[in-house]
Amino acid sequence: MECVFGLVGHDFAVVAADTSAVHSILVHKSNEDKIMILDSHKLIAASGESGDRVQFTEYIQKNVALYQFRNGIPLTTAAAANFTRGELATALRKNPYFVNILLAGYDKETGPSLYYIDYIATLHKVDKGAFGYGSYFSLAMMDRHYHSGMTVEEAIDLVDKCIMEIRSRLVVAPPNFVIKIVDKDGAREYAWRESVKDAAVASA
Amino acid sequence: MSIFEYNGSALVAMVGKNCFAIASDRRLGVQLQTIATDFQRISKIHDRVFLGLSGLATDAQTLYQRLVFRHKLYQLREERDMKPETFANLVSAILYEKRFGPYFCQPVIAGLGDEDKPFICTMDSIGAKELAKDFVVAGTASESLYGACESMFKQDMEPEELFETVSQALLSSVDRDCLSGWGGHVYVVTPTEVKERILKGRMD
Repeated sequence: MECVFGLVGHDFAVVAADTSAVHSILVHKSNEDKIMILDSHKLIAASGESGDRVQFTEYIQKNVALYQFRNGIPLTTAAAANFTRGELATALRKNPYFVNILLAGYDKETGPSLYYIDYIATLHKVDKGAFGYGSYFSLAMMDRHYHSGMTVEEAIDLVDKCIMEIRSRLVVAPPNFVIKIVDKDGAREYAWRESVKDAAVASA
Repeated sequence: MSIFEYNGSALVAMVGKNCFAIASDRRLGVQLQTIATDFQRISKIHDRVFLGLSGLATDAQTLYQRLVFRHKLYQLREERDMKPETFANLVSAILYEKRFGPYFCQPVIAGLGDEDKPFICTMDSIGAKELAKDFVVAGTASESLYGACESMFKQDMEPEELFETVSQALLSSVDRDCLSGWGGHVYVVTPTEVKERILKGRMD
C-alpha cells in the first residue's frame, strides 16, 4: 500500500513516496507528505505506521538540528543514517518503531548517497532501494533501467516509469506521489505526480 | 519463517597450514525479496582476528558495534590485540548476557593465535562455543556447507589450495539455498598478509 523508493544519480539522489494516508478501508487524505527534509542536504522518506512515522522522523530531525547547533557543523549523511539506526535498534527490544526509512543525502566530500533502514534497524548503503508492496514493481523497474551516473532527466524518467508500473499493477495503488531531490544545491521538492486531486474545501 | 532465516546468510571458516580462510555470501534479503547483493558479513577485529556474523542483520550490526567497542577498550587497557581464543570468550559472554532475550546471530570467529596457529570457532545464539580443528559453518546454508566442507576438506592446505576449497564449498552450498548467495566474499589470512577476494557465482 505505502510505496517509497529512491535511487542515486550522478551527483544527486532522488526519492519518491506515495501521498495517501490510509486507515483500514478509508483514505483520510491523499496529499500527505511522507518525505521530510531532515536538514539542508538530507531527505528522509519514511513509510509505516503513521503515528510512529511522524513521531520518529521529527525526533531524528530535531536531534540532527541539535547536533548542528552544539557542534557548529552538520552531520554527514552516513552519520545521520547510523544515528537513525541506533535509535531504531535501541527501541527495538522495548518499544519498536514500525517505520521503514530511505535516507538520501548529499555530502560535499563524498557526493550523493542513499541508505536503506529497515524497521528492525537493518542499515545498508544502496544505489536503489524501495519499501512496501510497490517495491516489487519499483525495484524490478530500477533493476532493469538503472545505471550508475544517471542524469536528473534519466532518473526522473525512471521514477515515472516506476510510478506508472505501481499505478497499473498494484491492486490498491496509491494515486498520488511526491518526488524530492537532493544535490549540491540542497534538498527540495521536485514534483508531484497526481492522478486524483483533493476536492477544494468550501470556505466557511 | 524462523527469525534466523529472515535476512539469509552463509558463513564458513576453514583451517589450513599456518593460515585460515573465512568466507561469506553477499546477499541481504527480507524474506523472499533481495535488498542488496554487496552486504558485508565478515569484519576485521584486528589484523589476526576476523568475525563473521550470520543470522538477523540488525542484531549482527549491533553485536559487531558492541564487540568492536569492547575490543578497543581492551586495546587501550592491555596495549595489545586480543588473542582469538580470548575474543571468542568475549563473544560467548556477551551473547549469554542476553540469555532470555538473545541476539539472533550465529557468529563465526577465525584468527591466528600464538605461534601463528590458526583458530576457528562458532557458537549458537546464546554463546555455546564449538571449537573445531578443521572447519566451522553457520547460516541458512549451514547443512549444505557441512556436507560440502566435509567432503572437500584436507589437512594442512596451503593458502592457494585453501582458497579454492573454501570457495567451491561456499558456492556449491549457497546454490542450493534460496536465501543466500549472490556471490561470495573470501578472506585468506596468513601470518604475513590478508587476501580479500570476491567470488562471482550464480547471481540468483
